[in-house]
Amino acid sequence: MTDTIVETEALGRDFRVRDGLRRRTVVAVEELTVRIGAGEAVGYIGANGAGKSTTIKMLTGILVPTRGSVRTCGLQPVPDRKRLARQVGVVFGQRTQLWWDLPVRDSLRILAAIHSLGTTAERERTDELVERLELGEFLGTPVRQLSLGQRMRAEVAAALLHSPRLVILDEPTIGLDVLSKQRLREFLVAERRLHGTTLMLTTHDMGDVERLCDRILLADRGSLVFDGTLAGLSRTVGAERVLVVDLAEPTPDLDDVPDTRHLGSEGGGLRQRLGFDPDVTTAARVLAALSGRAELVDLAVEEPDVEEIVRRVYAARR
Amino acid sequence: MTVRTYVRLFVAGFRRQSTYRLAAFGGLVANATFGLLKVALLFAAVRTSGGELAGYDVAMMSSYIWISQGLLGSINLSGRTDIADRIRTGDVAVDFLRPVDVHLASVATEVGRSVFALIPRGLPSVAIGAVVVGMAVPDHASAYVLGAVSLFLAIVVSATTVYLVGAAGFWLVETRGVAILYMVVSGFLAGLFVPIGLFPGWLHAVATATPFPSMMMYPVDILSGRVEGLASLGIVGLQLFWVGTTVAAGQLATRSGRRRLEVQGG
Repeated sequence: MTDTIVETEALGRDFRVRDGLRRRTVVAVEELTVRIGAGEAVGYIGANGAGKSTTIKMLTGILVPTRGSVRTCGLQPVPDRKRLARQVGVVFGQRTQLWWDLPVRDSLRILAAIHSLGTTAERERTDELVERLELGEFLGTPVRQLSLGQRMRAEVAAALLHSPRLVILDEPTIGLDVLSKQRLREFLVAERRLHGTTLMLTTHDMGDVERLCDRILLADRGSLVFDGTLAGLSRTVGAERVLVVDLAEPTPDLDDVPDTRHLGSEGGGLRQRLGFDPDVTTAARVLAALSGRAELVDLAVEEPDVEEIVRRVYAARR
Repeated sequence: MTVRTYVRLFVAGFRRQSTYRLAAFGGLVANATFGLLKVALLFAAVRTSGGELAGYDVAMMSSYIWISQGLLGSINLSGRTDIADRIRTGDVAVDFLRPVDVHLASVATEVGRSVFALIPRGLPSVAIGAVVVGMAVPDHASAYVLGAVSLFLAIVVSATTVYLVGAAGFWLVETRGVAILYMVVSGFLAGLFVPIGLFPGWLHAVATATPFPSMMMYPVDILSGRVEGLASLGIVGLQLFWVGTTVAAGQLATRSGRRRLEVQGG
């Protein structure tokens, strides 16, 4: 049994909102019970308004829970907020923790002081992060002049400067280009491997989940509706994969390939889409069946994205 | 939690302010312009009452005008603060993720910002007054030391008091109305428009029952030599009282306000 990093029991939070003149109560998180062990990498997914951010804020002591209990790194987040802050690093994709009008280097120095890092520890960790996140070229640039990709790297450095045991990332790759996303994911994978850091991230990006997470939590109004691996989730919702083939010449619909479903053709049959269930057959077997029928120019295998899986899970529940 | 942390935040505020040089220059021009306007009005008032008004002669009045104008960059009389914005936008969530006291961290940064503003706005304002109009100065060197202490306390009281306006945002969604009220009341009672010594007795009593004179009137009184000796120590004591009171109120507001925090916008 590994150490427990996050443990909640029927955790919930309501908000009072004004609705015209009346006030009504909105349940953001209903009843969340979950345990996350040290070293895990957990993807926390769900539609907008599923209570993901609210949950994160309760785990880190920003928001006071309405009901239930929560322990993070063995501490009670609200009363032990300051002690917990030394063990947790949070990246909010939509908020900055850097000092807007100061150079990146200054923000890192201030944060080192805030976390009471010793001079040696500060230098070593800063050097490590600067190198691995490639911050060198813009260390002296005021934050407000950074590109989004640069700023996010600086944000991650700021959140991880104090070597937290638990790193929580709320939509870390939102708005980033493919290359920036890739670099950030590689960094997080390496950070986890090097320091045994526990990762928890909310995202709408399937790539984040695939590359970073070995466990998925799917929330609906802050209650878990799924807890397991990505493959398990795909199986639960019967997620079929789609093989997209580009053919050398227009071909009649390939609607009789064994174990597949013809989903559509474009360009008079130049591009065709075939759905298949990965438990029944494999992409290789489908390709083999195709090889005698037409000449392939290009191919791609599509997986359902997070939104699609979430939509299907929700649809199955209602 | 160490002192080093708050010193660092103080320095951060200082450095942040140093990046806005053009704004500081603009502020100085505005302060000097209104300073000359106050010279015209208040000097006329002193002269029409026979060269002395409520203990102010022309030189003393000049000191009051230029020191108080010089403080405008460092004393928050607008009611608007970073913390108010951060509570409104929900960015305060990030502050709560740090192992610091959110209230004291905010005050330390604000004080750093204010102390920096003395360089581009405070000192030049006093220099303009001394060169163009002439000023009264204290007789004893000790008054400068005590004046510097009083000035620093003024900056602190300003930061800790205006923090309370921002902290109202834990309960109110929008604090702009409170900030406007603060702007109207604070400048007047701090002695920005006329020295509070010129107020009628009852209004003077009202002013001294608030922290506002501690932000401007009291350090000006010491630095201009208007209040000396034991009385000036009493003034510094009063300032310390207001620092204590407003810090206690800020701690209380932050603690209970936090439980109401709803973090707007995701």
